[in-house]
Amino acid sequence: MGFFKKPKYITPKQKKRDIPAGLWRKCPGCDGVLFQQALADSLQVCPHCGYHFPITHKERLACLADPDSWEEHDSNLESVDALEFTGVAPYPEKLAYNQKKTGMQDAIVTGVCSIHGRPTALGIMDFSFLGASMGSVVGERITCLAERALEERLPLILVCASGGARMYEGMLSLMQMAKTSGALSRLRETRLPYISILTHPTMAGVMASFASLGDVILAEPGALIGFAGERVIRETTHEELPSGFQTAEFLLDHGLIDQIVPRSELKARISTFLDLLDGFTSFAAGASEREGGDGKGEPAVRDASASESA
Amino acid sequence: MTLSTLEFERPIRDLEDKREQLLQLAQEHGIDVARELDSLNSKLADLKRTVYANLTPWQSVQLARHPSRPQTQDYINRIITDWQELHGDRHFADDEAMITGLGKLEGRKIAVIGQQKGQDAIERVRRNFGMPHPEGYRKALRVMKLAGRFGIPILCLIDTAGAYPGVGAEERHVAEAIAVNLREMFTLPVPIVAVVIGEGGSGGALGIGVADRVLMLQYAYYSVISPEGCAAILWKDRAFAPDAAAALKMTAPDLLKLGVADEIVPEPLEGAHRDPDATAQEVQQAVARCFNQLSEYSPEQLQATRYEHFRRMGKFSVKSQPAAEDKPQGVEDKGVH
Repeated sequence: MGFFKKPKYITPKQKKRDIPAGLWRKCPGCDGVLFQQALADSLQVCPHCGYHFPITHKERLACLADPDSWEEHDSNLESVDALEFTGVAPYPEKLAYNQKKTGMQDAIVTGVCSIHGRPTALGIMDFSFLGASMGSVVGERITCLAERALEERLPLILVCASGGARMYEGMLSLMQMAKTSGALSRLRETRLPYISILTHPTMAGVMASFASLGDVILAEPGALIGFAGERVIRETTHEELPSGFQTAEFLLDHGLIDQIVPRSELKARISTFLDLLDGFTSFAAGASEREGGDGKGEPAVRDASASESA
Repeated sequence: MTLSTLEFERPIRDLEDKREQLLQLAQEHGIDVARELDSLNSKLADLKRTVYANLTPWQSVQLARHPSRPQTQDYINRIITDWQELHGDRHFADDEAMITGLGKLEGRKIAVIGQQKGQDAIERVRRNFGMPHPEGYRKALRVMKLAGRFGIPILCLIDTAGAYPGVGAEERHVAEAIAVNLREMFTLPVPIVAVVIGEGGSGGALGIGVADRVLMLQYAYYSVISPEGCAAILWKDRAFAPDAAAALKMTAPDLLKLGVADEIVPEPLEGAHRDPDATAQEVQQAVARCFNQLSEYSPEQLQATRYEHFRRMGKFSVKSQPAAEDKPQGVEDKGVH
């Protein structure tokens, strides 16, 4: 009998050291271990290798907008299960889960703020909400924001991040590409600048609409940017993908984006471009009018020879 | 004509084979089979009606992808006269997956843009199976702008699985090419009619799809993602493509309901490939009617209504007060149309 007796193993009860969760974070760029607080102080950028961790819309807003200048708009729009999408976890459940997780209504916040004192229409997409996929609400908010920019003569900034279209909304999602691009076609008839900021990752339907249409296109270092996903390309073409394929650096090399800007310099750079693109006020009416009265964004004198329309 | 048989067409083919055997038997032995033939014919007609009236979305997708389905060039050959093809994007290459050119429709000048998948193996390779590179979209825009300058209405025939997902396409920014087309099509001062004649594959289809009227052939589909791709992502298994096809609401009747399609162009009972001439006739009539209606509009009206048309796309709820949450009576539905 004794032979078949199950040996008794003793699990020694070790006293675990009391490390609060979320105090440290490993950097995917350099494998270094980073102190969370230090990371927060450096705008979630690894101080050793410059890896840009994704940030929430709140952190982004704090990076870009002047303190207390943010006024959110269209926050009363909510996604609905228009297709009554069947077969997988119900869309309303997904939405509720992501709303709870992120504290957002949907994958973008839009509103008006000032950037170094300049009133600006700003939209920020947040990848943590359903991969910042574009559904009706995302498209509507961007369109409303562009229309507001047009109406109030404000420059437009969109901080883009997205996995692409929101499948749960089917073709209504695809149509947001057309809708947002349409709004930008109207903005383009004016002299109001639109700056598109590409952050990690900006792909597919969002890239094939407003994200690619900036008068100036900036990107964060290392951001994944492209149209088709890597897996799809590999499966379709059986090609070996070049190193650094679809990164911000790759796209700078291939001529799509104007600059790669580290997060810490982004606000200042946006501000510089908004100033540099404001050519007409400084020429026509003198710099004194730049910030006030009727001189906002629109030149006092229309010069046909300087028209930018194509 | 030998046409490949789809799975759901099998019972129909079996019955047709049976009829063939009966006829042969009658000929060989000189028997009168008129009565049997009659009953078999009516049975066959009934079966066809039932099968095609109850197509699942997935079966509809298979018809839309049928290798013998008429393509852009087939429609051009049948409904466009004085056809002159235009080549090249003036930057990099001539993308043969996208056909562009000028001609006449019922005597009126027209520009035609459309993806072409190719009929046989050799043409399919040349056409890259109808999946355009960025050059295809840039060529399309060049010709559309040309048409715009000279006051020529534009007909877009959509038939693509999608823009080509390849290294070169990414290096030359296919996303940007599509985005610019979307933006610029809103500014064109001439009527635009788009017809989804086969596959409407996502951004690659929409890249020539910002139109004043969007028509769909009865068995065509138009979707944000292929059913296989959607199944792979949401179901984690491509085998669920039929479920995804149903869930995505990608058929012509579904999209008419959603307001994405404006009109359905009827196909012959067993699909466009059974009678390309009749299908081309239907397309010609529908398209000509649309252009007739749109000819009343000024360029400004066209741009304004085109904007409004796409501006309405989307479905969401609007809470009456941003602050007052959980007020169901304040929730209203903003419909698509």
